[in-house]
Amino acid sequence: MAFEPKIIGFLCNWCSYTGADLAGVSRIKSAPNVRVIRTMCSGRVDPAFILKAFQLGADGVIVMGCHLGDCHYQEGNYKTIRRIPFLKRLIQGFGIDPRRLRLEWVSASEGDRFAEVVNEMTEEIRRLGPLTLQGQQEVLQPVAHR
Amino acid sequence: MVNITIDGKSVEVLEDTTILKAAEKAGIWIPTMCHSDYFEPYGVCRICSVEVVRGKRSRIVTACNYPVRGGMTVNTNSERVRWIRKVIMELMLSRWPNVKVVKEIAERLEIGIPRFVSLERDEREDACILCGMCVNMCNDVVKAGVLGFAHTGIKREVVLPFDERSDACIVCGACAHVCPTGHIKVVLEDYRGKKPEFTLGPKTPIYVPTLQAVPRVPVIDTDSCIHFKTGGCETCANACEPNAINYAMQDETVEIDVGQILIATGFDLFDATAMAQYGYGRLDNVYSSLEFESILNSTGPTGGKVLMKNGKEPRAVAIVHCIGSRDTNHHPYCSRVCCMYALKFAHLVRDRTDAAIYQFYIDMRAFGKGYEEFYTRLLDEGITMIRGKAAEVVEGSWNGNGEPSLKVRCEDTLIGKFREIPVDMVILCNAIEPRRDSDTVRRLFSLSKSPDGFFLERHPKLDPTATTTDGVFIAGCAQGPKDIPDTVAQAGSAAARILSLIAKGEVEIEPVRAMVQEEYCSGCKICNNLCPYGAIEFFEDRKVSHVNEALCKGCGTCVAACPSSAMTGQGFTDQQILAELTGLLA
Repeated sequence: MAFEPKIIGFLCNWCSYTGADLAGVSRIKSAPNVRVIRTMCSGRVDPAFILKAFQLGADGVIVMGCHLGDCHYQEGNYKTIRRIPFLKRLIQGFGIDPRRLRLEWVSASEGDRFAEVVNEMTEEIRRLGPLTLQGQQEVLQPVAHR
Repeated sequence: MVNITIDGKSVEVLEDTTILKAAEKAGIWIPTMCHSDYFEPYGVCRICSVEVVRGKRSRIVTACNYPVRGGMTVNTNSERVRWIRKVIMELMLSRWPNVKVVKEIAERLEIGIPRFVSLERDEREDACILCGMCVNMCNDVVKAGVLGFAHTGIKREVVLPFDERSDACIVCGACAHVCPTGHIKVVLEDYRGKKPEFTLGPKTPIYVPTLQAVPRVPVIDTDSCIHFKTGGCETCANACEPNAINYAMQDETVEIDVGQILIATGFDLFDATAMAQYGYGRLDNVYSSLEFESILNSTGPTGGKVLMKNGKEPRAVAIVHCIGSRDTNHHPYCSRVCCMYALKFAHLVRDRTDAAIYQFYIDMRAFGKGYEEFYTRLLDEGITMIRGKAAEVVEGSWNGNGEPSLKVRCEDTLIGKFREIPVDMVILCNAIEPRRDSDTVRRLFSLSKSPDGFFLERHPKLDPTATTTDGVFIAGCAQGPKDIPDTVAQAGSAAARILSLIAKGEVEIEPVRAMVQEEYCSGCKICNNLCPYGAIEFFEDRKVSHVNEALCKGCGTCVAACPSSAMTGQGFTDQQILAELTGLLA
């Protein structure tokens, strides 16, 4: 059976989540590989979630937020745009290709763009192949959470 | 107040009023040629000469600048006055025999063929009679100081500085406005050298934007107002009795504390110059729908008559639907209102002219209450409906007889033929589009937009007036194209939503909130600066942060940033999201 990437998508409730909904309502076809987790803001995406996703076997992670200046909470996406590049460098240290982590801006009206981004990401991960982490269970303990 | 007697009539006027004004009040006509209310009396034409009698003496004075005194007796029709006027008029008639004002006054004063022969006889109907009104207007009122007199005696003439075109002239047209003979003309020409009969838009720099404007007060266009160019004029301020005109007024920013906001910023009309094939802005008599609406308006430039730019009635009118809407190159959506106003236009053109009317449509969308009935009624009024979007509008000749007209080319899909239809006037039904600054407004209120660019409602069916921002509501064309009944309905609904919140006196907030688990908080204050709402405060005594639940909007930025995981987001806790992750990747 061909490799089907598992991608985790963190979607902002106000823009990309609505955009994904619009893509569905508009019957725009997109790859089914992105599994969506809704957050109130892309700024809510704790870097630990992304690491955890890779640890649990995700082949890619995509974070989608509002276009800069459009954040429902004024500036949450500016926090995200500062966190993700750091994280890209960090995961390189774990032997994870930084292309497996993506940050994209998709607004509520961009159903077509949502589909485009999802398809593009899926194709890229398909090319990169499945993610293999050496001794993954031992090295990465679950992050502290209560 | 003083009492004076004019031609035996007693009249009470303020002291220092001129005799001319007093006579006006008494209903007595005194001829004038150089007098205007715009500027101080000039007294050069002398035709207003009257006889002032004091005791046994009498004196000839000019009525336009002679102030009245109590008990004064004035004769405007005595032998002596008549003789003086006769000489003046004969002199004027001999020099300017064809000027209308001169002839009119001469006729009224019963003056026949003049006894004199002028060396400077000017037969033109619009000859300059040297009244000096233009010079006074330019110097005293407009304060541009361009026009002046040159030479003396019979060589006297009105000239521009050095008799050349002057840059000091601000082209206000005030001189032409007062010129009694039409010697000075304002020639309106567009860039092609064509002269339109009428222009759309405001006629004067001070105007009421629309008759339905609220508040219905005039505004001044500082770009074209004479006062803002030369500091002069102030004619409107002088005419305004309550002294309501204030030139020093500036735009100001006013801050008002409000609890709720209704955004009803409306729409812009699609600019049809983007579709060059229809000739809008290039061909005469191609109008946008709003321009044609102002032509139909009884207070508009044509007084409600349907006229072409040459002042004639059109022989045929084309109404072209869907300009910029239902068009993948511009706006894919339907503008909703066009079909119905196109039918209204057709109805009114049919009512006011004998023109043939052609509607070029894709589909007729008569969707509302009574609309379909109106459509069927229109079909009986003899309007030609052509199913097919017009392809282009070109210049042509009226049925090939050489008279210029427009030609609409289209495919008539009902008969399957290509057609060319000669018309005199084309009305474009422009699309309704979001206002050009709608993105700025949208960001100001953290709203989303739908793919068409209009503001996005919270839910298209269940919450069509609210937005994703609490306390901000939308109504009308800001939310999407809609007609007046729909706009009124939506605005009413939004107002009711706002009032219900005011009546309730308290606001319900979403349960999604951040919360600090104080036993884990290290007091690092990282979250304090992250919060865009300033909802996180720091308790100095206990060295912990605390979330003000009324201010928190629940975005979770602080939760993601908390290094000791003391901050949790209700509904979106780390545990919940990690559980989702585990589930999805199982």
